[in-house]
Amino acid sequence: MRAMNNNYYGFGLPIDISTHGAAIDRLIIILHIFMVALFIGWGIFMIYSLIKFRARPGHKATYHLNHFKAPTYLELFVALFEAVLLVGFSFPIVNQFVNAKPDESTALKVRVVAEQFAWNVHYAGKDGIFGASKPELMKPGNPLGLDRSQEAAKDDIVAINQLHIPVHKPVIVELSSKDVIHSFFLPVMRVKQDTVPGQKIPVWFEATQTGNFEIACAQLCGLGHYRMRGFFTVDTQEDFDTWLDQMAPKPEV
Amino acid sequence: MSSDHSHDLPFWKKYIFSTDHKVVGIQYTVTGLLFLFFGFCLMMLMRWQLAFPSQPLPWLGQFFHEKTMVSGIMLPEFYNQLGAMHGTIMIFLGVVPLAVGGFGNYLVPLQVGAPDMAFPKLNMMSYWVYFIGGVIMFCSFFLPDGSAQSGWTSYPPLSVIANQGQTFWLIGMVFLITSSLLGSINIIVTIVHLRAEGLTFFRFPFFIWSQLVTSFLLVLAFPPLEAAGILQLMDRVAGTSFFMPSGLVVSGQVLQASGGGNPLLWQHLFWFLAHPEVYVLILPAMGIVAEIMACNTRKPIYGYKMLVYSAIFLGFMSFLVWAHHMFLTGMSTKMSSFFQITTMIISIPSVIILTALVLSLWGGSIRFTTPMLFAIAFLPMFGIGGLTGLPLGLTAADLHLHDTYYVIGHFHYVVAPGTIFALFAGVYHWFPKVTGRKMSEFWGKVHFWLSFIFINGIFMPMFSMGLAGVSRRLYDPTQYAHGLAVQPLNVVISYSAWLLALAQIPFILNFFISIFAGKKATDNPWEATTLEWATPTPPGHGNFLTEPKVYRGPYEYSVPGAQHDFSPQHLEGIN
Repeated sequence: MRAMNNNYYGFGLPIDISTHGAAIDRLIIILHIFMVALFIGWGIFMIYSLIKFRARPGHKATYHLNHFKAPTYLELFVALFEAVLLVGFSFPIVNQFVNAKPDESTALKVRVVAEQFAWNVHYAGKDGIFGASKPELMKPGNPLGLDRSQEAAKDDIVAINQLHIPVHKPVIVELSSKDVIHSFFLPVMRVKQDTVPGQKIPVWFEATQTGNFEIACAQLCGLGHYRMRGFFTVDTQEDFDTWLDQMAPKPEV
Repeated sequence: MSSDHSHDLPFWKKYIFSTDHKVVGIQYTVTGLLFLFFGFCLMMLMRWQLAFPSQPLPWLGQFFHEKTMVSGIMLPEFYNQLGAMHGTIMIFLGVVPLAVGGFGNYLVPLQVGAPDMAFPKLNMMSYWVYFIGGVIMFCSFFLPDGSAQSGWTSYPPLSVIANQGQTFWLIGMVFLITSSLLGSINIIVTIVHLRAEGLTFFRFPFFIWSQLVTSFLLVLAFPPLEAAGILQLMDRVAGTSFFMPSGLVVSGQVLQASGGGNPLLWQHLFWFLAHPEVYVLILPAMGIVAEIMACNTRKPIYGYKMLVYSAIFLGFMSFLVWAHHMFLTGMSTKMSSFFQITTMIISIPSVIILTALVLSLWGGSIRFTTPMLFAIAFLPMFGIGGLTGLPLGLTAADLHLHDTYYVIGHFHYVVAPGTIFALFAGVYHWFPKVTGRKMSEFWGKVHFWLSFIFINGIFMPMFSMGLAGVSRRLYDPTQYAHGLAVQPLNVVISYSAWLLALAQIPFILNFFISIFAGKKATDNPWEATTLEWATPTPPGHGNFLTEPKVYRGPYEYSVPGAQHDFSPQHLEGIN
């Protein structure tokens, strides 16, 4: 097993090495500050009430209470704050994540095909064209069902449970699944996307630092769900090119 | 005091195949509590594996079949079975039957002043259909390959290609859903048609409102899941492909299915039920808490009408938020924006209800009885559950938190220290009415404080694990570096869970001993105002000695000028 830096993970959010993750983390932190503040406010009021209005000799409950104004303001504040969260944070972040795909000519395109219980990573190779996957050819030695006699498939690179990407370069990952629903999760990238059989769903991201990280499966996919772990490596462009060369299919002699 | 004016029925008609709503309610309650305990036991087994992955389970391990544990070491397929069945049992066989079948059946006719449910035979049938569903679920553990193991959500294609247990699960679900439909129609008709004279809608105790809204949710939301369950059953046994796309390759074999289906269709149908289901779990709990708080603060509930309007609005909105469970299935931003907005809107009535309940403490004269302690604890616990729903309802934050332990922590705070605490409160509160004897206050308080501490020990650390990115439903989270980093929390959670189990011993003993040896209760031991306390204790067949008439609202406590600090609904004039 490759050395994994323990500083990446802890009791809170893992480190973030993506260009879009800081906005997500900021939202999560703001939300928790809001939640804790609201909870403490409520809690103080509740405990104060419990002590002040405890049953004791000589103390009577009040039937007629004046209408409280404060709760109405609190409700309005909560509603307004939620509107701000939606319009100011969640909508733009999701819009960027889903819709603002990088230009395909500059980005690296990778296909990831999930199966019980592995991640098949498919690079197009030198020609930049992905060979077609055929279900009837999918065998243990050829998990993606590539027809190597096909021109486009000849230089395709297939890596199992290893996703390498270059740093500082937008990457588009096209996700699909061969069998059941999995979920492609890169904790350090703040990327999580279900892989749904019968659908191709793209996600994109850009890494800001190199290192060895993990791919996790976040959706129950069977008895091996817990060990559907992949390696996610962010390389410098040179290291990435070297790795691709090593992985490239050798011409048959 | 007790006057049993029932006819002389043979034992089996009086206590087993009874049409008396009270007996049916007790049957539901006892069965529900047993299933709750059974579901908890499944979880305690899982907690061993999670705290000490792949270590043999001491002593107990030897009693398990080799297809579940090999020399005490749990197999992943058994872990998945326990997980799927824990969820199914807790929700469909534990909490809903307790909240709607148990409390609803027993209390609704009493609180509306009716002699029985509108359709007593249908009521009996709903219990026995539920019972059959429970037996099917329970028996599925003894199938050659064990029970269902695709999660309580049963997402296809995994569930369609899964072992035979899934077929049993689907058939069991059809029975459970049918039972809920029968029961909820009964509750609606009873509430609307069998109200006592003078009991207008705005004189209903809030519990009745919560049952009314809950029953409408069940009637409207369960049929789609029943249909979906049958479609999935057809996919499994009749070769259809409602949820199966073409060209699946499972373990190197092209799957022989006609194809052309869509697995996401199931998720839509499932969550169209399962989100309203969340409010089915929480609304009766809020109803119970409102009753107990009014009684023990000796004052009216604050903002009763707001509570009612909020509950109705909550019920309506709960049909419009289901896809927030599916943010990561690749939906467009238009869709996710819609469901984020509806999710934020639905949080407003929840906040109103919680605020009204907290404000109800103000100006009271608070008696810290055992039911009141559980009811008070419900407020902050449900508060945590509700607040932590916020990050999950925003797609951007959900991108990281979806399907992690954060979700587990969130919904358990709603259902476990939330709803189940409210159910405990209800058991302590109405026990004297049902049995004629009170439960021990001392052991009740011991039960409360220990449960309160340990249940937080279970669910609070899960938020940290979720933020760290640990996925749910992992047989061995230490396989991942980010799971290993928070593994100590799993040990804390497991010990808390086992201690929580020990903390239930005072409750169980208190419950059974009090039936026979508890302090005798009067007809109205808590000096409450609602109609169920106007019956003899325990109420006989037909409930009321004379037909009750209602003169005032449900929470007339400490009325100025009254002689007592409670003015029951059925008594004319200020007393």
